Amino acid sequence: MRSPINLAVSWVAAMSAVVVSQTAGAAVSDINMPVGVTPLSQEVYGLHMLIFWICCVIGAAVFAVMFYSMFKHRKSKGAVAADFHESTTVEIIWTAVPLIILVAMAIPAAKTLIAMEDTSNAEVTVKVTGYQWKWHYEYLDSGINFFSTLDAEHNRARQVGSGVDLTQFDHYLKEVDNPLVVPVGKKIRFLHTSADVIHSWWVPDLAVKKDAIPGFINENWALIEKPGIYRGKCTELCGRDHGFMPVVVKAVPEEEYLAWVAENAPAPVLAATDSTATATAATAAVEEDADREWAQDELMAKGETVYNQVCAACHQANGQGLPGAFPAIAGSAIATGPQDAHIDVIYSGVQGSAMASFAGQLSDVDMAAVITYQRNAFGNTVGDTVQPSQIKALR
Amino acid sequence: MSTATAEHHDHDDHGPAKGWTRWLYTTNHKDIGTLYLLFALVMFFIGGGMALIIRAELFQPGLQLVDPLFFNSMTTMHALVMIFGVVMPAFVGLANWMIPMMIGGPDMALPRLNNWSFWIMPFAFLLLLSTLFMEGGGPAGGWTLYAPLSLQGGDSFAFVIFSIHFMGISSVMGSINIVATIFNMRAPGMTLMKMPLFVWTWLITAYLLIAVIPVLAGAVTMLLTDRYFGTSFFSAAGGGDPVMYQHIFWFFGHPEVYILILPAFGIISSIIPTFARKPLFGYASMVYATASIAFLSFIVWAHHMFTVGMPLAGEMFFMFATMMISVPTGVKVFNWIATMWRGSMTFETPMLFAVGFLVMFTIGGLSGLMLAITPADIQYHDTYFVVAHFHYVLVPGAIYSIMAATYYWMPKWTGNMYDEKWGKIHFWVSTIFLNVLFFPMHFVGLAGMPRRIPDYSLQFADWNAVATIGAFGFGFSQLIFVYVVLKCMRGGEKATTEVWEGAEGLEWTVPSPAPYHTFEKPPVIN
Repeated sequence: MRSPINLAVSWVAAMSAVVVSQTAGAAVSDINMPVGVTPLSQEVYGLHMLIFWICCVIGAAVFAVMFYSMFKHRKSKGAVAADFHESTTVEIIWTAVPLIILVAMAIPAAKTLIAMEDTSNAEVTVKVTGYQWKWHYEYLDSGINFFSTLDAEHNRARQVGSGVDLTQFDHYLKEVDNPLVVPVGKKIRFLHTSADVIHSWWVPDLAVKKDAIPGFINENWALIEKPGIYRGKCTELCGRDHGFMPVVVKAVPEEEYLAWVAENAPAPVLAATDSTATATAATAAVEEDADREWAQDELMAKGETVYNQVCAACHQANGQGLPGAFPAIAGSAIATGPQDAHIDVIYSGVQGSAMASFAGQLSDVDMAAVITYQRNAFGNTVGDTVQPSQIKALR
Repeated sequence: MSTATAEHHDHDDHGPAKGWTRWLYTTNHKDIGTLYLLFALVMFFIGGGMALIIRAELFQPGLQLVDPLFFNSMTTMHALVMIFGVVMPAFVGLANWMIPMMIGGPDMALPRLNNWSFWIMPFAFLLLLSTLFMEGGGPAGGWTLYAPLSLQGGDSFAFVIFSIHFMGISSVMGSINIVATIFNMRAPGMTLMKMPLFVWTWLITAYLLIAVIPVLAGAVTMLLTDRYFGTSFFSAAGGGDPVMYQHIFWFFGHPEVYILILPAFGIISSIIPTFARKPLFGYASMVYATASIAFLSFIVWAHHMFTVGMPLAGEMFFMFATMMISVPTGVKVFNWIATMWRGSMTFETPMLFAVGFLVMFTIGGLSGLMLAITPADIQYHDTYFVVAHFHYVLVPGAIYSIMAATYYWMPKWTGNMYDEKWGKIHFWVSTIFLNVLFFPMHFVGLAGMPRRIPDYSLQFADWNAVATIGAFGFGFSQLIFVYVVLKCMRGGEKATTEVWEGAEGLEWTVPSPAPYHTFEKPPVIN
């Protein structure tokens, strides 16, 4: 049985959607909350429109009385001031009536809130870890894990004074290299945490927003009803590139999802009972790469790509850093000093600074390449190479 | 010692000292009030300039002007300057000028402390603003200084915390002075329930300040020791909790929100009866509503944190408590309208600003009610919808009340009427641009634009361009305010003692301009 209040919420939501879509057409998505594609997002939209209309009615009534009074009770119209200054009756009425409205509003809001917090019986669990400034996704069931960063083309376009024509992009600043792939029709539980500062993972169409807090795990959930690509952003200020860590969720039918899992899972998923075994098997190909000797040219070429994706956000594309905030790579004592110290900074990070540990973020090859690159670019001329095997030995 | 006795004459009629030392050494509540107000005006333009840098960068998608780190530092500094450098000092300035005159006292209870409270402020802000020129730039982690992000910046951080301590000391001393003045300096017969509402709201505000500023001081000191002395209050790696910082901060931060608006309620409660020529409706319920709001402000802080992963019971509690605030706030709005009802209204500039306050503060209050609904807040949180909400309560709320107060009492301060025509132009131009600036922020926020980002998706481009136009219009129209204030200080039509036809209260019984010393002999109150 649905309560009258729940019915009211759905009715208001439905009516608002109709009114708004007929009057404003496609433009409405630019000025109102999306209805979204989960049962919860639709409930939230209903609550939003209900409280919105309540506020409109209250506002209209208050302003009507006020403006009537301002036009009617003016001195220039000969109004003579009355002398009343209290009335217990009206004061009780205008305290009680808002209270009743609030209680009526609080009931459906509390119901939705309870549903939002119920993450039990999830069929898929994804651990989302915030990094400055990218997301890492880990499917706890299949062991698939990867980073998701702002698309390289978008990243180039958003540099200060890039001069790139932004209209060429369909979803400027909302495109990533690796989107999160999830099935429709399944309850998906998200676990949120962070590797550095607080982030917040938000997808408006799913009505999920949760802070990613270092050292703690938060959770929420979504059941997506419609296949599609849903885009969001980080919503907790997390440093210089807070505006540039989008979230892209690709919701696909279950068969497609299973095929994607089969293709990307580190090992046969069904057979995998031991997660470390899975991980080891999966990285076999990568390891082969890590074991061979790399030439300096190879490392430099790869290092430049990695540098621009990972390091340039702080240390800048020209390696000059931002004085006081992010040290320069060009001519730095670390990048031109002993290899071990340089490797240690990248591998372990620097405590108490924005310099994160990249041991978990970059492969042996990427790390070796970017260190080699830093030692031999921006006017640094150490001339040596760091081999992937050196990084591997640290693990 | 004949000279000494000759100089030791009666203090009744002596005026201010000559020269610039008058301002440095002054213990006179009117001088100190003026200093506070001028300081707030200067900071208003500095904070406003920062806002214009933000809006200029947001005029178009793409990064055209500033580095994202500098952008973050502008949003952080804009908030710190506007909150601690503009609204709070302006209210303290008004309190200094008006509270002694309103209660029939000769001066503030602790005049030397008063001097010190003010003179700390310029140094606090020099320190804060100087961080922009230090290596690594100013604070860029948001005005809330959330750990661990705030711990990442350059070494200017220590200066920021030091300057926050300065501001806090100044505020607490100012508040103690206000409480002491209200309890000790009232003229005989001025019972508590006869005090003008501006005095009441400031009394309650002063208690809020004394209660929460030490909490802020504790929070930022813990940041300082986490950063420089190896403690781990807010680091999970050391057994601490980053969310604990937010709880402590917002235990200060939410009452702070009311610190920024309660004196505004007092100002509006003075102005509307004057221009409606009718006594304030429901004086007693206004006092009780103010006290209720102050009490509730201590138990709603976590509504700023609905996405941090609180237990369900916590979210429920904070949702219901937050919704409750709209009841006493509603009572206030209804009382003001009932005061206007069947009055005999005229619309001079102070009344225009008061009506502007009433309309737009109500809009901000209603969007605040929307934000209280936790499931919906999860969508609104940290978007431009929130930015629109708090700017609607702070700009046409707090700032408009300060301007209304300035126009209302300036004739009493200077002895001259301000230029009514330019005052009205100032109101209308500001009000139009202000809505062009802030109203579209509701739209982009609902459509999904997060706050504190220097660049955005193309779907938000149109409304951001509109908002930027509004911002520049609003910013430059404040020069009209400066023009009107300066003109009024230099001369103009002489003001009468009563100034306004419907004005009631002790401040309107002293001559205009108010003499350097007023009420050295207590007035008789019926």
